[in-house]
Amino acid sequence: MRNIFINKLIEHASRSDSIMLLVGDLGYSVIEPFEQKFPKSFLNVGVAEQNMATIAAGLASEGKHVFIYSIGNFSTFRCAEQIRNDIAYHELPVTVVAVGGGLGYGALGYSHHAIQDYALMRSFPGVTILSPGDDIELQACMEYIISEPHPSYLRLPKIAPTKIHIDELDPLSLTKPVEIKCSNNSSAILTTGGGLQLVASELNEISLYDVYSIPVWGMSHRSSLFPLLKSYKKIVTIEDHLKDAGFGSWVLETIASNDEVRSSVDCKIIGLDSKVCGKVGNEKTLWKIGEISPLKPLLC
Amino acid sequence: MQVDCNKPDDMGRDRFILSKGHAAAAVYATLSHKGFISRSALKKYGEEGSVYMTHVSHKVRGIEFSSGSLGHGLSFGVGKALYAKLTKSKFRTFVLMSDGELNEGSNWEAFMFAAHHELSNLVAIIDYNKLQSLKTVEETLKIEPLTQKLESFGWNVIRVDGHNFTELENAFNLLEKSEKPAVIIADTIKGKGVSFMENKVSWHYTSPTESEYLEALTELS
Repeated sequence: MRNIFINKLIEHASRSDSIMLLVGDLGYSVIEPFEQKFPKSFLNVGVAEQNMATIAAGLASEGKHVFIYSIGNFSTFRCAEQIRNDIAYHELPVTVVAVGGGLGYGALGYSHHAIQDYALMRSFPGVTILSPGDDIELQACMEYIISEPHPSYLRLPKIAPTKIHIDELDPLSLTKPVEIKCSNNSSAILTTGGGLQLVASELNEISLYDVYSIPVWGMSHRSSLFPLLKSYKKIVTIEDHLKDAGFGSWVLETIASNDEVRSSVDCKIIGLDSKVCGKVGNEKTLWKIGEISPLKPLLC
Repeated sequence: MQVDCNKPDDMGRDRFILSKGHAAAAVYATLSHKGFISRSALKKYGEEGSVYMTHVSHKVRGIEFSSGSLGHGLSFGVGKALYAKLTKSKFRTFVLMSDGELNEGSNWEAFMFAAHHELSNLVAIIDYNKLQSLKTVEETLKIEPLTQKLESFGWNVIRVDGHNFTELENAFNLLEKSEKPAVIIADTIKGKGVSFMENKVSWHYTSPTESEYLEALTELS
């Protein structure tokens, strides 16, 4: 997925010199093609994420669309105030990119577990969350954000995901939930990012649910959910993020904010239990420890 | 600085960033003097709902950057200076900082970066009044030897009496030819010119009474 990200940047940088990529001394064997083709549009700012974020804001204030790239929590929590004050508040076209969203860097410990990033990034007005669940969704997310540069957060998994979609997605379709499986059930699963991989791996076990992916969401995107919410009696959200304050909470808040569905939709959040914090292992092991896998008993 | 109040967004303008955002009143007065905002607008300073906030806002004509949290302005200025260098634009970027602000580590990231990338179109000015929120800079977190520190980070440094406009102007003129990013350390006295306010931390928080205000005006005139 990181290579698709870079290839998309290269594709668009070939057409426009407004694209810039700043990295925080990370991205070995990923960023080199972009650096080599567009040396003036690339900068390694060093292990200095606060500086990276605000330099990006300064560049963006002059007309650049800047992508800032690091691992997990480094490009988010380390420079949270810079994103809040300098990027989001100024409404500048900066896309914050985090590689290893969720538990992709599970073996490296808590510092590298990006499981509170949704909570942080969705709290800034105007920031769009882009959490693609597979390569097709990523390609569409990139087309979407490059066509409409604005403060945004792109969460990439570390591990190459299984392909879920077959056909290309229209970037414009991302502003609505993307249908994965629909059989007119009365219950639906909504998921995003790494959650889509988890759901897809157990799809045969969840026949009583329609399944949707929501790769583009956030504070400004609540209305995209309303039509779907009116169609189901029960919603279950699934995410590879702590169950607190993440994607599920965004869905719950959206339900609570809509008079038409507030009292008619039952919503359950499936997210990581905090007991996973501080544990190490591969992603699938940590999903089990965090009690989001297997899904079947959680959906009964 | 090359600025034109009739073309506040002209791409060729010099950029000024107030990193110590709480000095907003001084910037608004200057903007009014230069024709960016009206004199009557100054009366709205600090009023409820006013865009003329007590920390500068980019929503005011002539203000490039909203600040208030210390340690952000220099990096923002670095971004602008970097843009100028990449696009071979001639504009220069000036960043006014406070001394206490230098406690913030993010500044030092920016100092390192600017020197490494030879941003000779960037000038920082440090308002060095030796006071912070609770006590003096010396008592809170020593920053001396400041000149040597900044020189060791790869910057050209000029130290001036911050109340001597001739020294300031000479410093700015000299730095036009700087081949490195440059910083003017301006030694100042907080409350300069008002005997009962000079060098006192308490005046960071206090508003003068009517009689103190009149006495201050008398001393300043």
